[in-house]
Amino acid sequence: MHGLTFDVAHLLAGSLVLVSFMLLYQSRLYALLNIFALHALVLAASVGWQASAQDAPHLYVTAAIALIFKAIIIPVALHRIIVKLGIHRQIENVVGVGLTMLLGIGLVALSMVVMLRVTAGADALAREDLAFALSVVLLGLLMMVTRRNAVSQVIGFMSLENGLVLAATGARGMPLVVEISVAFSVLIAFIVIGIFLFRIRERFDTVDLQALDNFRGERR
Amino acid sequence: MSFDALSAILLIPAGAAVLLAMLPGYRLTAQLNVLASLLAFLASVSLFFVTPVSGPYLLVDDLNKVFIVLNTFVGFTTAMFSASYIGHEIETGKLTPRFVRFYHAMYQVLMFGMNLSLVANNIGLMWVAIELATLSTVLMVGIYRTHEALEAAWKYFILASVGIGLALFGTILVYMAAQPVVGEGLNAMVWTVLMTKAQHFDPALLDVAFVFLLLGYGTKVGLAPLHAWLPDAHAEGPTPISAVLSGLLLNVALYALLRFKMLLALNPVAIAPGPLMVTMGLISCLFAAFMLYRRRDIKRLFAYSSIEHMGIIVFAFGMGGPLANFAGLLHMTMHSLTKSAIFFTVGNISQVKGTQKIADMGGLTETHPVLGWGLVLGVVAIAGLPPLGIFMSEFLVVTSTFAREPWLAVLLGLGILVALGGLLLRLNAVAFGEPKGPVGPVHASYVPMFAHLAIVFMAGVYLPPALVTGFENVARLLG
Repeated sequence: MHGLTFDVAHLLAGSLVLVSFMLLYQSRLYALLNIFALHALVLAASVGWQASAQDAPHLYVTAAIALIFKAIIIPVALHRIIVKLGIHRQIENVVGVGLTMLLGIGLVALSMVVMLRVTAGADALAREDLAFALSVVLLGLLMMVTRRNAVSQVIGFMSLENGLVLAATGARGMPLVVEISVAFSVLIAFIVIGIFLFRIRERFDTVDLQALDNFRGERR
Repeated sequence: MSFDALSAILLIPAGAAVLLAMLPGYRLTAQLNVLASLLAFLASVSLFFVTPVSGPYLLVDDLNKVFIVLNTFVGFTTAMFSASYIGHEIETGKLTPRFVRFYHAMYQVLMFGMNLSLVANNIGLMWVAIELATLSTVLMVGIYRTHEALEAAWKYFILASVGIGLALFGTILVYMAAQPVVGEGLNAMVWTVLMTKAQHFDPALLDVAFVFLLLGYGTKVGLAPLHAWLPDAHAEGPTPISAVLSGLLLNVALYALLRFKMLLALNPVAIAPGPLMVTMGLISCLFAAFMLYRRRDIKRLFAYSSIEHMGIIVFAFGMGGPLANFAGLLHMTMHSLTKSAIFFTVGNISQVKGTQKIADMGGLTETHPVLGWGLVLGVVAIAGLPPLGIFMSEFLVVTSTFAREPWLAVLLGLGILVALGGLLLRLNAVAFGEPKGPVGPVHASYVPMFAHLAIVFMAGVYLPPALVTGFENVARLLG
């Protein structure tokens, strides 16, 4: 595992981290969705490259799932939901972009330090992949923490799951069972989310979670 | 795979879920739900007599037998309680028949997910099953579609998803650690294979993996500070689901954690998982004990009590050793039975009173003697007063700790005492004093509630020797 194969794999996994950073500061929902589609696209490319590099045909299935479900179906569906809810013009105030980015950089550094140290024995590609994957997971978490809008939180969660898929493909020869079920659970999760957004809308006429917080059981 | 008890405890709930989703009429489906749960329970009891052969996907050993039997038993009694509870919800118009159909199907999906994660011999399969169980409960928590229910379900969904996401990362890391030793492919995810070769795994990877697994599955166990979803989910969903969440789903996540703890214990260089679990358990116990004093909602009160007890159980398993493990197992069993019995009672109470606010209830022992005294008995049991089962298991946890780490035992004892005070204070307000609120008749079956309390009482007075030897075996397995 060296030369061009390694470099391309490295480039793709690194791009995924970069796109995660781009997700952090998007204030318009449409732009956020487009960047998420890009995120899934980069993931699909990365998994596809791994499939050819590891000579593991089952990974092509995972790449296809990432491409079809996450890069096309989910963004399109969320797009329609946003239109239906009539919140497409909304601009979310992303507070403290500078601070969030700095925190993000800190998280990436943290995951590099942790993962590169503990995986000293593993092969180079798996090490890099795991370190990048953990960065993507942590950045997804950061996004879920900093956003108040239900749609952006969902996107943060899905970018987190993209990181998990990257980690799973980096682990050589991990059985197909898991990847398919990961994909399926994302799908189920998506259905749940869809139902939720509609229900929230039904009740509150907004998907701003601040409104939800006001209904907290014990504060009244 | 030939048809045996092992496949039965998976196929019965799966088949029932499909059937219940198609059948109309809540009376019929409620009875079918009870029947399916009873069959699954009978199948799980038969595991004690005929042990099926374990394959690369499914596994039955002494450890998970205990969990499966407890799971299917409480699943069965809760289905009985749920049948009467849901009937009342339809009469009052809180749920429509369509939602009830959905609810019953989801109940069986939940049972399937929990059973599957308990018998899974594959760390990936186990993860998938826990995710399935979580998603089905998310849907049920939000079923009333009120503001509070939606908020609780959303919070539960987000926090639990993040938790299981972290657990998946930990699972992948365990595979990475196993892969150089066991070889690529399926074998590196199979418990029985992992357990034989764990001593050769890369310790650094295992360490990091365990941290992720503890945070991930720990969220599902409800350990502080990852517990934020738990009180809301318990308070806003239908009460049978609160009973299943507290009594069973927390145990399933704990089971996953215990399996990984056993794996790490086999590796001499990896960190000892015990101290981490002891710390989180102790924090949860103390935190939840103090939080009990500020509760105004009766279901939230008992949700915090669940956090406290899960803290004690995780603490006991973290201490390790035959005695503490035995105490942990006993405490887990007693807690599941008692807490679900309490939720059965609380469900009936809140249906009669039309509210969950403690301030609007009072004098239950006068107006509804059976419910009132049932609640008194349940709270006395959960607070750890003699002679009931929880007193014995808490006593064992504290004394076994005293012999090894006196300071930890003092802190744990403090948590238990503080919780006792909080619970009795609230009990006094609800059960005694001036009667408050509506005094309508109760439409519910008392059988499940008193069956559980009778077992807990029995266990406090006399533990059958067969049970003791069984638990001792499992405690030895846990190391």
